[in-house]
Amino acid sequence: MSILAQNITKHFGSFVALDNVTVEAPSGQLVALLGPSGSGKTTLLRIIAGLESADSGSILFENQDATPHSPRQRNVGFVFQHYALFRHMTIFENIAFGLRVRHTPEPEVRQRVGELLRLIQLDSIEKRYPSQLSGGQRQRVALARALAARPKVLLLDEPFGALDASVRKDLRRWLRRLHDEIHVTSLFVTHDQEEALEVSDRVVIMNQGRVEQVGTPEDVYNHPANAFVLSFLGHVNIFHGRVQSGTAYARPHEIDLTRTAPAAGGTAAKVVWIHRAGPTIKVELTIEPDHQLMVVEVPRDRFAALELQPGEVVYAIPRDLRVFQDYQI
Amino acid sequence: MTGTLKTPSANSRGLTPRQAQREPAWVRYLLIGIVLLILTVLIVVPVTNIFVQALGHGWSAYTHAFFAPAPPPAPDHLTRAQALVQRKLAHTYESAAHNREAIATTLFVAVLVVPLNTLFGIAAAWLLTKFPLRFRSVALTLIDLPFSISPVIAGMVFVLLFGLQGWLGAWATNVRIGRPAFDIAAAFPYVQLAWVPATGIIFNWPGIVLATCFVTFPFVARELIPLMEAQGTEEEQAAVTLGANGWQLFRRVTLVNIKWGLLYGIILCNARAMGEFGAVNVVSGNVIGKNGTIPIRIEQLFSAENNLSGAFALATLLAGLALLTLLLKSMLEWRTRQSTRKVQDA
Repeated sequence: MSILAQNITKHFGSFVALDNVTVEAPSGQLVALLGPSGSGKTTLLRIIAGLESADSGSILFENQDATPHSPRQRNVGFVFQHYALFRHMTIFENIAFGLRVRHTPEPEVRQRVGELLRLIQLDSIEKRYPSQLSGGQRQRVALARALAARPKVLLLDEPFGALDASVRKDLRRWLRRLHDEIHVTSLFVTHDQEEALEVSDRVVIMNQGRVEQVGTPEDVYNHPANAFVLSFLGHVNIFHGRVQSGTAYARPHEIDLTRTAPAAGGTAAKVVWIHRAGPTIKVELTIEPDHQLMVVEVPRDRFAALELQPGEVVYAIPRDLRVFQDYQI
Repeated sequence: MTGTLKTPSANSRGLTPRQAQREPAWVRYLLIGIVLLILTVLIVVPVTNIFVQALGHGWSAYTHAFFAPAPPPAPDHLTRAQALVQRKLAHTYESAAHNREAIATTLFVAVLVVPLNTLFGIAAAWLLTKFPLRFRSVALTLIDLPFSISPVIAGMVFVLLFGLQGWLGAWATNVRIGRPAFDIAAAFPYVQLAWVPATGIIFNWPGIVLATCFVTFPFVARELIPLMEAQGTEEEQAAVTLGANGWQLFRRVTLVNIKWGLLYGIILCNARAMGEFGAVNVVSGNVIGKNGTIPIRIEQLFSAENNLSGAFALATLLAGLALLTLLLKSMLEWRTRQSTRKVQDA
């Protein structure tokens, strides 16, 4: 079932949270709403769920207008950042809640909850309470609870935001596998670009209440629409005044370092710091006239050949410069 | 203290940082002693005194305060001494009836006031914590108002409103509004029920209910607001997205989360409703045998009837209620702490 949020505008007092935003999640896809805090992504998700109402615009599920419907009628599954599990109910009862309020017969409830407990690989803990579970387990229970009543769509608000780094990574891969199994149209909010690019079929990048770019992870990473998208999806070096039509940008791995001055296009820079831990060596340099900082990622074999030392002056040659109109990062 | 901690011998004795923060022994014992002294003078002695005075004349004297035998039919000719005894017996009998009546009135008022203020408290706390409200701080102050107003003034407000010269006096002094009454002694072991016809708001039970409602209305709300604030609205939002309607949401999520705090508020509200003197004194008219609650009756026994043992006997009921309330309160505080801890964990 597809989701379409059309021309949504929302103000909080004089603050514009969403400015005429249109976002679409095609049926069966996992779509990420990516943006910095304050970009309006969570507000948009809550408007789609019906927990918040838009000043103008409409929400359509499978081309049916759901704007006047209450969250109860919309039948969406919503997963909260801080789980929002019912703390006085067992895990079983938490998952069964959506079925119980619909007066589902008991045998059916048992069967469905058992199914979901197996799906989230937690069938041994159905009698425990949320406070006895780890963060990752709680979030899986929250997901099962949201799926219990077979919602039309699944909305996840920073689902891994409250977890530690290693659990986050495990859980987001698990979410991807789960989505491949159940194929419910899902929209998830995140501020973590790595998470969005790794998990989703499509990424919607938002900033200051507007959509900056929509596309597949590959699309938005390789062909950013503007300087904001470029800089938000990873570290980028800025070369002011190099190009007449605007500002030039290059990612750390798109720059070569050499000892000998190139014929054209190179910049003299001084090595100030070398990070040796990691798959590539990160070299921090300052560009001479105004001590502007630049980060370059050098492959290990290339670094071994160069034998760089802090304090040396080398030449940086961007392989690929992107030019955008003036933009302040 | 710190000097001894630095030496290795102090460490080998296993001093923890917690012990390092302790005051010297004499300071601790002095503080504990002062607290114990104050508790003894202000609480232990007076409460013990109530029971000693009430039971000092024996168990039968104590029970006679509530269930005195009817005086035997008087012979035609009485000596002076016999007449005195007869009068005293009749007086004790009548006084016990008034005491029972005060207990019945108190229970009747509490049965009306406590559910009313429970409903009000839940509604107010729900409104003030689950919805963004513009006049939130004003509403919070209004809820606290009865705490800051003298109960006598609270009573006066209702007299000025419903009394003979009050704004609504013409209607309020003539409205017929009776109430059920019960007596457990008149048909023991059965309870005798009766309908007591009465007129007016002030100097009648509706006045007492109004005044008691006013005085006790912050208790439940005040107990729930911080608890519900700490619990936030996320669970409710989750319930709504899962398809719960308003009643399911309240019964299955909100009410279960607040139940211990709610019970605590109800118990405090009940204790105050039964023990309120000032406001009830103004609106009840303080007429012997008419619409008195237990505190009013105690004051009558004490000052008008000069019946000290009767006053203390009735006072044991309120003191017992207070002790029971304290016991329940500390049990519930423990449960509430447990559920707030669950909030922080979940």
